Amino acid sequence: MSAVANISAVEVIGASKIFNEGSDNQVDALLDVNLTIAPGEFVSLIGPSGCGKSTLLRLIANLLEPTQGVISVNGKTSAQARLDQDYGMAFQQAGLFDWRTVSKNIELPLELKGWNKKKRAARAAEMLELVKLQDFGNMYPWQLSGGMQQRVAIARALAAHPPLLLMDEPFGALDEMTREYMQGELLRICAETSTTVVFVTHSIPEAVYLSNRVVVMSPRPGRILEIIPVNLGSKRSELTRAADGFFRCITSVREALRGTHADHVASTAIRGAEER
Amino acid sequence: MKSLDRVKNIATPFVFGVVFLGLWEGAVKGFNLKPYFLAAPSKIMEQFLKNTTRIWEASAVSGSNALIGLCIGTIFGIAMSFLLSRFRFLSQLVTPLAISLNAIPIFVLVAVLNNMYSITSEIPRRFMVTLVVYFIVLVNVARGLTQVSSIQVELMRSYAASEFSILRKVRVPNAIPYLFTALKVAAPASVITAFVSEYFGGLQNGLGSRITSNIANSKNAAAWAYVLGACLLGLAFYTVSIILESLTRKGQSK
Repeated sequence: MSAVANISAVEVIGASKIFNEGSDNQVDALLDVNLTIAPGEFVSLIGPSGCGKSTLLRLIANLLEPTQGVISVNGKTSAQARLDQDYGMAFQQAGLFDWRTVSKNIELPLELKGWNKKKRAARAAEMLELVKLQDFGNMYPWQLSGGMQQRVAIARALAAHPPLLLMDEPFGALDEMTREYMQGELLRICAETSTTVVFVTHSIPEAVYLSNRVVVMSPRPGRILEIIPVNLGSKRSELTRAADGFFRCITSVREALRGTHADHVASTAIRGAEER
Repeated sequence: MKSLDRVKNIATPFVFGVVFLGLWEGAVKGFNLKPYFLAAPSKIMEQFLKNTTRIWEASAVSGSNALIGLCIGTIFGIAMSFLLSRFRFLSQLVTPLAISLNAIPIFVLVAVLNNMYSITSEIPRRFMVTLVVYFIVLVNVARGLTQVSSIQVELMRSYAASEFSILRKVRVPNAIPYLFTALKVAAPASVITAFVSEYFGGLQNGLGSRITSNIANSKNAAAWAYVLGACLLGLAFYTVSIILESLTRKGQSK
């Protein structure tokens, strides 16, 4: 939609988030985070559990308010972007509504936008085709496998054609084979729709395979330790997973996560191989 | 295989029932038990067939008391559960009370209610049924409205949905199975409460009072015939609640 080149898809300036400020169970989740994401970019957030990567995603989504700092999405405040449904969201659980058919699940964000029935049905059909589930529109979510449910969740997140997709470990509950297939599908879908993605994950290979840049975060309070560019080209395939560059990036991310840099150079080649 | 299983599922309890009745009949005849001690199934059936009109009339009285109380209690229970889900402090106030009341036989209150109203009034019984049903429905539906998936609520917020939209599109659909679970418990409970309420005096027109009066007159078989009527009425309420549930599901299940 508003793919004007000089407007960032996401801009986070000096964002901090403190939960329960001033009380005994105060949690400093995020500390002075700065991040700019260009339109069409795929950025992963990676870090140990509790490093605030999900918190950062929710700040961008305006599901949480930052304690300090400014967040803009598409050149608007994050609050306005949420009201305008400028982003779609997907979580580790598909979070589909059991009482709605697959099509009706996808139509939900459109219903809330006030689209009429015909327009909604047409868009749902289009999205089902995009995620290759065109024969499943009239089924109920529980009749689908985990991977299929997650594809429905992605279709729903993209139904309103938002320029930005926010994903919180969306493939975390899937088995390895399905997971790799879904990664390929996600890249294809994002390329077809030129969607910007912010992707939270625990998996280093997943982050590297998908991203243009990997944002490595520190344990609590979450800060950005390093932003690692992934130069694997825009076309990724199964061959990418065997490329030298892929392993080099995995090593860099792992070292950034450990906070060590040149220390383990000798052993990294072997470690990289383990990661396939 | 599947149809065979179904036959098995129906045949097993059926055979058990027939054998049980046979043993009962045999025991009464064999040990020559006196009718005031235990009536034989054949005598009970005889009484049941002889008194069908009366049993039907008494069932209509108890049944309508139960039904009226069930409807009013359900409506108020649903209304209150919406208020509770909207106002947290109210929920903290009422929920523990409602849960504890569900655990005790509050229908004994009918004795007190009988004193408050005229002895010829059906109101105390209907009120008692209403109260019992109200708390069952309240606790369950409130749970359905509040225990929604946090992801679904977050999703709705990401769509900039209003609280009302979240209620309509997430909380209410989520609460519907809870409502039918409540009704499955409340429907038989309403019948039981209607009968038992009659044991505490008042009008002598329902199944419960007929059972007590027949026992008082040593008409054991007739009392059993009314018990049979009570069973059938309770079963009817339960069956209707199950049919209603299956209609709303329409092939959906978890």
